[in-house]
Amino acid sequence: MKKTRSIGISVISVISVLIFSAAPSLFSVGVLAASPTMDKIKSSGSVTMGVRESSIPMSYTTGDSRFDGYHVEICRMILGDIKDKLGLSTLRINYQPVTSQNRVPLVQNGTVDIECGTTTNNTARAKDVSFANTLYVEEVRIAVKANSGITSISQLNGKKVATTTGTTSVQLLRKHEKANGVSFDEVYGKDHADSFLLLESGRADAFVMDGSILAGNIANSKNPKEYKIVGEVLSTEPIAIMVRKDDPEFQAAVNAAIAKIVANGNMPKLWDKWFLKPIPPKGIIVGLELSPATKNAWANPNNRPAEDYQQKK
Amino acid sequence: MALDMGVFCKSTLDGDAVDHCFSALFGLGQNADPSYLDWLMKAWGWTLAVAGLGLAIALVLGAVMGTLRTLPNAGRSSRVLIRLSTAWVELFRNIPILVQVFLWYHVIPAFVLPLKALPSYWLVSIALGFFTSARIAEQVRAGIQSLPTGQNAAAIALGLTTAQSYRYVILPMALRIIIPPLTSESMNLIKNSSVAFAVSVPELTLFAMQAQEETSHGVEIYLAVTALYALTAFAVNRVMAAIEKRSRIPGFIASTNDAGAH
Repeated sequence: MKKTRSIGISVISVISVLIFSAAPSLFSVGVLAASPTMDKIKSSGSVTMGVRESSIPMSYTTGDSRFDGYHVEICRMILGDIKDKLGLSTLRINYQPVTSQNRVPLVQNGTVDIECGTTTNNTARAKDVSFANTLYVEEVRIAVKANSGITSISQLNGKKVATTTGTTSVQLLRKHEKANGVSFDEVYGKDHADSFLLLESGRADAFVMDGSILAGNIANSKNPKEYKIVGEVLSTEPIAIMVRKDDPEFQAAVNAAIAKIVANGNMPKLWDKWFLKPIPPKGIIVGLELSPATKNAWANPNNRPAEDYQQKK
Repeated sequence: MALDMGVFCKSTLDGDAVDHCFSALFGLGQNADPSYLDWLMKAWGWTLAVAGLGLAIALVLGAVMGTLRTLPNAGRSSRVLIRLSTAWVELFRNIPILVQVFLWYHVIPAFVLPLKALPSYWLVSIALGFFTSARIAEQVRAGIQSLPTGQNAAAIALGLTTAQSYRYVILPMALRIIIPPLTSESMNLIKNSSVAFAVSVPELTLFAMQAQEETSHGVEIYLAVTALYALTAFAVNRVMAAIEKRSRIPGFIASTNDAGAH
């Protein structure tokens, strides 16, 4: 009898030890003022960067699980700066490929410390994650075949317009249809390559998407001269580096590093390298000129969401 | 986490709540500003259209090909038909459905130009119909071959031609026997129709992928879409069970028990 009781007590004490030892680590993330991300980087000597597989030239793989791109290179500079700030001699960067569907959850749950892809900073996402200051402003444009004679969205009335499922461009097209009284026949590609194939094979007369994606797909096509990007800018969206919410210290460190890169005059060089010169692995040229909106973002550091950009127009 | 089903009453244009949330459900009034519910119902309609057309193609072709595979091996023409139907079945059941959909949408129209004029949902329905017809053909063949050989022998002894013995003796029994596997196949077709999203048919899966991105309410959107798929498949199940019950003939092999569900 006595024996069973002592076992019972020890079981209770083990459980209580488990509960109390687990509790601080569970709640410390929200309670402590210190930056959990910085602590993690310092203690582990490594950091996880979220990257995209094929968002040329922003963030993409160059083969053999190596990743590169405009945002990826900027993130490496930022992490180099943070490494110095923490006084680490080396910092190992782990690359974690993410998709449009899983990028926000992976940043939220701590798998990814800093996401350097092509994420639009909007208010809906800002509820779940934080964004660093914008370094790239995306303009939604129209790609058509060069010989089609289309130069504006108003000429798309009754035409087939391709866009990619799961992107904000679909909603944008609907709004334009409504506002301008035009009516398109929308066709949806399951990814950007698929949407471009719709344009290439003549199943669509135009492909409406982010300018960098259009430029990247055209550059990658069999005959880039057959296509061109035309028409007015349908929408402007800030594309930003994503970090965990409730970690203002890490966010501030990232922004400080960005300010340093901008102040050193590196941004035009980076733009030149990724958007105007041949890029690895195949040496294609994206050929997207620097837009005034992006220039403006460099000059006035901010992380305003996409909704602000729309109101301004 | 809390579910916010109000997302379905929001406008697909600006994300604000709309006045007539249920307008599309009964075809009452048309919102100038459609809600996500309107869009969901439209997407459901596309799923039903693709699956329905695919099922019609699959049943007709499946019954024909399955029957041809069981023809008596006599005479040149029947040997050709047996080979043709066997080739049909092996071709369409050995290629993954998504690959077949892409073949019909991107590859075949490049060679057969008139197909380019067909709307994409026709092409998907053809792909789904052909794929499923190969599976149905095998079930028809199994049904026919499960009959005692005496049935066929008796039909021929009565002086019926091959066509007549199939029409009046073999198929009426075989098709009754295979209603249970046909039920599963029809339900499968509904679910397989989700591949249509890959070639730009605005059906339920495409709706789910797009709407969850626009609304950031992925859980609610996927729950609704899941419920509609399940509801549709279950409705097919009930219809097939009713057909099974109605077509039952006392004393035949397929009517020994009264279990309706499969």
